Amino acid sequence: MKLKTLAAMALAGTLAAGPALAELVIPDLSYRTGPYAAGGTPFSDGYQDYFHMLNARDGGVGDEMFRIIECETGYNTEKGVECYESTKGEGALIYQPLSTGITYQLIPKATADGIPLHTMGYGRTSAANGEVFNWVFNYPANYWDAASVMVNYLLDENGGSLDGKKIALVYHNSAYGKEPIRTLENLSAQHGFELTQLAVDHPGQEQKSQWLQIRRERPDYVLMWGWGVMNQVAVQEAANIGFPMENFIGNWWAGAEHDVIPAGDAANGYKSLNMNRIDANLPVFDDIRTHVHDAGNAAGDGSNIGNVLYTRGMYAAMLAAEAVAKAQEIHGTAAITSAMMRDGMEALDITDARMQELGMADIGPEFTVSCQDHGGSGLGIVQQWDASAGAWVALTDYIAPDDAVTLPLIMEDSGAFAAENNIEAGCM
Amino acid sequence: MSADFLYGIEVILNGLMAGVLYALVALGFVLIYKASGIFNYAQGVMALFAALTLVGIMEGQVPFSHLINAVFGTEIHHFGWHVPALLAIFLTLCVMVAFAWAVQKFIFRHLVGQEPIILFMATIGLAYFLEGMGDLMWGSDIKTLKVGLPQGGSRWIEDMTSGLGGDDFYGFFIDKLDMVATVVAAILVMCLIAFAQYSKQGRAMRAVADDHQAALSVGISLNFIWVLVWSLAGLVALVAGVMWGAKSGVQFSLSLIALKALPVLMLGGFTSIPGAIVGGLIIGVGEKLFEYTIGGMIGGATENWFAYVLALIFLVFRPQGLFGEKIIERV
Repeated sequence: MKLKTLAAMALAGTLAAGPALAELVIPDLSYRTGPYAAGGTPFSDGYQDYFHMLNARDGGVGDEMFRIIECETGYNTEKGVECYESTKGEGALIYQPLSTGITYQLIPKATADGIPLHTMGYGRTSAANGEVFNWVFNYPANYWDAASVMVNYLLDENGGSLDGKKIALVYHNSAYGKEPIRTLENLSAQHGFELTQLAVDHPGQEQKSQWLQIRRERPDYVLMWGWGVMNQVAVQEAANIGFPMENFIGNWWAGAEHDVIPAGDAANGYKSLNMNRIDANLPVFDDIRTHVHDAGNAAGDGSNIGNVLYTRGMYAAMLAAEAVAKAQEIHGTAAITSAMMRDGMEALDITDARMQELGMADIGPEFTVSCQDHGGSGLGIVQQWDASAGAWVALTDYIAPDDAVTLPLIMEDSGAFAAENNIEAGCM
Repeated sequence: MSADFLYGIEVILNGLMAGVLYALVALGFVLIYKASGIFNYAQGVMALFAALTLVGIMEGQVPFSHLINAVFGTEIHHFGWHVPALLAIFLTLCVMVAFAWAVQKFIFRHLVGQEPIILFMATIGLAYFLEGMGDLMWGSDIKTLKVGLPQGGSRWIEDMTSGLGGDDFYGFFIDKLDMVATVVAAILVMCLIAFAQYSKQGRAMRAVADDHQAALSVGISLNFIWVLVWSLAGLVALVAGVMWGAKSGVQFSLSLIALKALPVLMLGGFTSIPGAIVGGLIIGVGEKLFEYTIGGMIGGATENWFAYVLALIFLVFRPQGLFGEKIIERV
């Protein structure tokens, strides 16, 4: 009798486990604790809420439901790798680690395991060369695009010439912060501006020396590659020394609401890049409120909906969901594997019409992905903080990077990586 | 005078003021180490927790609101009132005293007589617990501290000194917040020294610091003194949290300011209040001057590591720190 009961239970368990195998498993390597939690939390909220909204509203994608596995990394590289190792066996389709340090560690692992990485606007820039980095994608834009977009914006502001101008780069003294230096050095040689590099050590709580130097040297513009507390302190220090905020431009990881609010009115006029256009009234947010937040399934308390990093997390989730749909279409099955997901990502085609249909018109630029190009269009906008309204205002349309500068660098760096790792470049 | 020379003076002045901020953090370590021999790894997190609590009380935030909402399905976040800064500071101090009592009651009372490394490990655990508790109580978002502290450079000093070094010199930049921090730190240190020298409890505290057994034999309550010391460390943590939090907003990276205190302690000694101040000033000036003169030639961002190099150089010649007590153990 006992044997029969056990057998029945085992059968029931097997049947119950059956559908789980066909779930769309998305690990979320989040950081809601520690020094970088203020940035990690809204991104993760947006990332998770979009998948939950698709589950509640549409029954997932292709009638397969998403299953989110959240793992806390604390923005710590070792913990990030542990999270990857502990979740990959669940049938993970894609990883979005939201950390350049974790990305560098996961590139060889994910490549060996056959699981795609999406490092949207961060990570290893040369991963845009899909023939070398078959499993890594950094669309719609990368760091070198960001550096080039900044310079193109400044060129436009200065009648097409930066000759003789002084530009200072204040950067986080890490792999992330050092990423744009080569591009900016090349652009400096090309356009004749003088580039001063000012490194800020982790976490960036103390920046007096760097800002005193800026005060002494009086650069025309300051560009910033910051993250976490470094951003808030830099904005405050810039205000303290009276640096014109309209000449201070952060990259897209230095342009969220929490980066400027602590400085109050003094932050007014600060600019940053963004890969998304911020619009809190997008119809997709209404769907999230109705199907996720009001239903009590939100990842956060709802206070982040519509802000910069929430929007970016949601946008990342949308790109993943679109890749799932594309993979299902290509392979004719709803129950896709990570290898099929990679194919879907490589065939992604994001159009204005599709974004409109998804209730997020103009949230990002149109772009396509191919075997050769995993980097997308590289477009970004410049936004400016309006302290009185407490909102970011888009100053420009999407600005294109200078591919003639970034592409040779990407080919050179990815070529060196291929040579070091005995990778034969080519499509899968 | 040349502009370069004047800018060097400006760097020294700013280094002194940065040193005061480092010393503020180091003071908390010294108080507890001196009285109980415990190296309190949680001091940085105490500064974070105190600042979080202060903002939470001022803004009328409901503590544990995320937890309450998740368990009971409610949507409460704020009480709907704002507490004036002074009252909020007083209430925060009460919370820090309660914290000191709890630490003594539930942790260190049970570890009396244990090896120093065990006590140190306990403070590591306490740090992680307190960081998690802070997150649970007040959330992980960045909070703006509005206690009326001034921001920005002093335009008066800038204008008064701008003509000293020709067209290339723009006047001395002195941060108003740093000036306030210097005054507050000076008052705090004077009060602590006066308390230790002239009050009954202060003398008892010094007696415990000198010899636990002897203090016990004359009827001093060790439990009370340790609660008192942890409360004073909580007060120092609150001041440090407010000063640092005013620069960046109150956020979890505040716990890392403890890293700035370690070289100060190595240099000034773990048992001396004046040592923490002098050590802070030497570290502040040393790291800023090194960054100004040599940093640019070797890629910059030298301040974090140079502070430790400077402390190590001092340690070679004076292992107990500048003001630390020399420990002689007979073999």
